[in-house]
Amino acid sequence: MSEEEKLGYLNIDTSLYKTRISNKFQKRKSYKPANPKIILSFIPGTVLDIMVKPGQQVKKGDDLMILDAMKMQNKLKCNMDGIVKLITVEKGAKVSKGTVLLELD
Amino acid sequence: MAINRKISELKEKRKKVLMGGGEQAIEKQKAMGKRTARERIMSLLDENSFNEYDLFVEHDARDFDMDKKSLPSDGVIIGSGTIYGAPVAIFAQDFTVAGGSLGLMHSRKITKIMDHALKMRIPLIGINDSGGARIQEGVNSLAGYGEIFFRNTISSGVIPQISVILGPCAGGAVYSPALTDFVFVVDNISKMFITGPEVIKTVLGEEISMEDLGGARVHSEVTGNAHFFAKSEEECFGQIKKLITFIPWNNSRKALDFEPAEPKPEYNINKIVPEDPTLPYDVKDVIRAVVDNSDFFEIMELYAKNIVIGFGRMGGRTIGFVANQPLEMAGVLDVDSSDKAARFIRYCDAFNIPIITLVDLPGYLPGVDQEHAGVIRHGAKVLYAYSEATVPKLTVILRKAYGGGYIAMSSRHLRADFVFAWPSAEIAVMGPEGAANIIFRKEITSASDPDAMRKQKVEEYKAKFANPYVAASRGYVDAVIEPSETRKFLMHSIEVSGNKVVTMPDKKHGLPPF
Repeated sequence: MSEEEKLGYLNIDTSLYKTRISNKFQKRKSYKPANPKIILSFIPGTVLDIMVKPGQQVKKGDDLMILDAMKMQNKLKCNMDGIVKLITVEKGAKVSKGTVLLELD
Repeated sequence: MAINRKISELKEKRKKVLMGGGEQAIEKQKAMGKRTARERIMSLLDENSFNEYDLFVEHDARDFDMDKKSLPSDGVIIGSGTIYGAPVAIFAQDFTVAGGSLGLMHSRKITKIMDHALKMRIPLIGINDSGGARIQEGVNSLAGYGEIFFRNTISSGVIPQISVILGPCAGGAVYSPALTDFVFVVDNISKMFITGPEVIKTVLGEEISMEDLGGARVHSEVTGNAHFFAKSEEECFGQIKKLITFIPWNNSRKALDFEPAEPKPEYNINKIVPEDPTLPYDVKDVIRAVVDNSDFFEIMELYAKNIVIGFGRMGGRTIGFVANQPLEMAGVLDVDSSDKAARFIRYCDAFNIPIITLVDLPGYLPGVDQEHAGVIRHGAKVLYAYSEATVPKLTVILRKAYGGGYIAMSSRHLRADFVFAWPSAEIAVMGPEGAANIIFRKEITSASDPDAMRKQKVEEYKAKFANPYVAASRGYVDAVIEPSETRKFLMHSIEVSGNKVVTMPDKKHGLPPF
C-alpha cells in the first residue's frame, strides 16, 4: 500500500471504512424495479414475427412477438390489458438480452 | 548383432514420433510464444526424470479419410517424473498434432496416466493445449472427455490435481480443469471458454475478442476459474514447482517439512495494524510477520481480493492461511470471497494442512446485487467448510470481528481448536456506530442534541463491548495475546494438535451449499 494511493470509503452498518473499492463494486448496476409496461428481450435472439401494431388494444395473454433464440421460437405474451404504445424493433432484428422490444400503455 | 539392428530401428521410430506435428507446425507453435508439449514437460520436471509412455499409440479412426492420416502419439504426451524429487504423473497435449484435438486414443492415454496417478497416489499435472474434440471421431471423442471428467472427480481429494492452460481449452474440455484443484494460466496464451467468440457473434450478435472472453486475466480477476496467473510459461512453471513443495503427495500424507526459519525482521508485527478499526492495512504483512522466511505463497491473488488465501510454513510445516483483507473492500465477506475461502478451506482439510485464520472484518457486503447473487448460500459455504474441516484450525482475531462475520471466520462455535485475540480485537454483534444507533435509538432521537448523544452512546458502547474481554470471559477466546506472541502461540498450537482426533457422524456425504 503506497502512501499516495487514493482510497475510497465503504459504508458497513453506518461505519465508514477507508479501503480500496473493487472494479466489480464500482461497476455494479443499481437496482431498478421492473416496469410491467416495457417488454424486454429476456434472452438474446432474433425477432421472427410481430403480431401487433401500435395503437392496438391488447389483453393479458395475447401473443405480441416471436423471439427466436437458442433454436427455440419463444412467444412473448402480453402481461396486462392495455394498448400497444410503441414497437421499438423491426421484424428480423437481432436483439441482445434486455433490449426494449415494445411499450404498452 | 540382431539386437543392435533392433535398437536402431527403435531409435528411428522414436525419432519420427518425437517430431510431433513436424517442423512447420512447431514453428507455428513457437510463433504464438508457446513451447512444444515436450519442451514444457522437460522444463517443469527435474532433469532427466521424465519417463514417457505410449509414445507409439495411434488413432484408429476410419471415417472422413482419417485412416490415411498418421497423428504421432495421437497428439498427447504422457508419463511420470519428479519435481524437486516428488513423484508426479503428467500429460501434455501437443497442439502441433491435429491442434491437440482429443480423439479416443488421445483420451485413453490421458485416462491411463490418470489411473496411474490415482493408483500410485501421486499428484497429476495436466497441460492443456487443444482445439477441442476431434470432430471426425464423433461421439468417441465425447466419451473420452467424459472418462476424463469422471476420473477427475473420483481422484478429487485423494491426489492433488493441477491443470495448466497453455493454449486454447474450449467447450466441454474446460470441465477437466474446472474439476481439478489448481488451475494455472499464462497471459496471452491461455484461453478458456464454453462457447467461443464466433458462436457468440453468430447466435447473439455480440462481438468480443478471445482474450476478453476467456483470457488469462479474465479467469484470474473476474471468473475465479484460475488460481495462478503468470506472464510467461517460465514464470508459470516456477509457480507450479513452488506449489508442489507446499502440498502432500496424497491425502494420507502430510506435506514434507522444510528447515524451520524465522520471519524476516522488517515485518514488525506490532506496527502493521492501525488502532482505528476503520483504517486499512495489508493483512499479507501480518502473515509475513509470522511465517518462516516471511515467505507467503498466495493463491488467487487477483480474485476477490477482500479475502487472502495461500500457503506459508511455520516451524517448517505447511500451513493454509485465510485472512480478511481490510485493504480491499474493507475485508468484507461477499459472494466471491466466500466462494474463494470455502474452497481453499476444503482443500486444506482434504490434504491434512492446518488452517490459520486471521480475522478483521466489518461483516458482509450490503447491496441488492449481493442478495440477488445469492450471498446467503455462497456465504453459507464458509460456515460449512470451517465446521466440516477436521484439520487443526487456529484463529487469530486481529481487530474487528462483527456479527455473522465473526461466527463465519473460524470461530470457536464452528470448532476452531484455538482462538486467540489481540488486545485490539473488537468482538461484537456489530460495529459500535450501528449498535449504538439501534440500542440507544430512543435516547438519541429524544436528546436535545442527537448528534452529541449519538457520539456519547457510541463511545459508551465501544468502551463496554468493542474489546476481546467479553468473549474471553465466556471462553470463546482462549487467550488474549500480544501481537508479538502470535507466532509462538500458533507454533505451539500446531505442535499440540498434531494428533488431533475428531469423530463425525456416519454419512454418505454432506450437502454443502454448492
